Amino acid sequence: MREVDARGLSCPEPLMLTEKALKSGKDPVRVLVSEPFQRMNVEKFARYHGRKATATPIEDGFAVVIE
Amino acid sequence: MNLSDSKKKLALAGAVCGLVAACLAWFGNPANMAFCIACFIRDTAGALGLHSTETVQYARPEIIGLVSGAFLISVSTKEYCSMSGSSPMTRFVLGMILAIGSLVFLGCPLRMIIRMSAGDLNAWVALIGFILGVGTGAFALKKGFSLGRAHMANRMSGGVLTAVMIGILVLALATTLLKSSESGPGSMHAPVLMSLAGGLLFGVFAQKSRMCFAGSIRDVILMRNFDLLTIIGSFFVVMLIFNVATGRFVPAFDTPGVIAHSEHLWNILGMYAVGFAAVLAGGCPLRQLILAGQGSSDSAVTVLGMFIGAALAHNLGLAASATALNAETQEITAGSVPVNGKAAVIICIIVCFVIAFSNKRNEGK
Repeated sequence: MREVDARGLSCPEPLMLTEKALKSGKDPVRVLVSEPFQRMNVEKFARYHGRKATATPIEDGFAVVIE
Repeated sequence: MNLSDSKKKLALAGAVCGLVAACLAWFGNPANMAFCIACFIRDTAGALGLHSTETVQYARPEIIGLVSGAFLISVSTKEYCSMSGSSPMTRFVLGMILAIGSLVFLGCPLRMIIRMSAGDLNAWVALIGFILGVGTGAFALKKGFSLGRAHMANRMSGGVLTAVMIGILVLALATTLLKSSESGPGSMHAPVLMSLAGGLLFGVFAQKSRMCFAGSIRDVILMRNFDLLTIIGSFFVVMLIFNVATGRFVPAFDTPGVIAHSEHLWNILGMYAVGFAAVLAGGCPLRQLILAGQGSSDSAVTVLGMFIGAALAHNLGLAASATALNAETQEITAGSVPVNGKAAVIICIIVCFVIAFSNKRNEGK
């Protein structure tokens, strides 16, 4: 699965990197973020683009898998 | 509780913030300055003695409330996250630029919107600069700009700025150590508890909705996303209604007493610097306070930069003066930007370009 490591990055880098990954293919993408608000931003971004997103906690943040 | 997942909730957040601002305006805050992050940080810096301009010294409870409100709501909804390590000194400089650029225009982006809603045409002119500045920052982002990653930090360290703010509040309420203007904008304020409550409520809604003036334009440019702009639009509408209903709406360039000036080029360039720096720092002055409240030590350093930048703006004669009416002669004295302020804005813009194109995202790190 393609992975986007956006941990610790400031707005809007996590969404910019996520958008770039989503545009480059239809296969699932795993986005790593550090903060809860970034997790919500990525989930909302995925929904806006008609994709399903599932977040799970990881050691230093969250992994959001976008189907 | 999430106020960012629907347009209705976003608009509600903007409207609540607008109502808070309207109340503070009604109950005594300076003209067209219900809320101004840069001006209020400047006033608080003055209260602490960081500058000696006697007309703008007052520990604004709104600033304390904003940071504390963001802290309290983020802790209670498990969004508090102590992070640090993303180019802190660069962010300190960006904070200085946010303050200096704002004080040349005589308002942060939040106050720019409030002034626009009061018919201050100078603010509409400044908006041009702000949009261009945000656009330049967005271009830098597309070219790979990044200040690097922050990392999880000691949980307590993210709460230090909030504790400092509460300390300032205690000093203001329980001692006579802090300065307090007896005339001028620093002497104009809503009652302390109302200001504090307003700041807390504004901080809560701003944190939950991700309110950010620079971000609202940045997201439209970069991702055609209008969510943050919805909040700002709703805030603007509420303030517009308030200003029209209370006779504060005066569409003009040279209105005395509203803390504004009409040096259009410097309004544009001042807000260009603010828009540019805000995108590079990851958010406007309001957003920096909110991020600091929710645990970002990098944003806390940016806020410290704003305090120092605001103090320097007065100590070094950078801040603009406002158009005023001479009470004796009834003549209008045009506000202006001093030579030092003009030089400072140019330097700030150059520094923004240096920061923007010398800090690139390292994909591997």
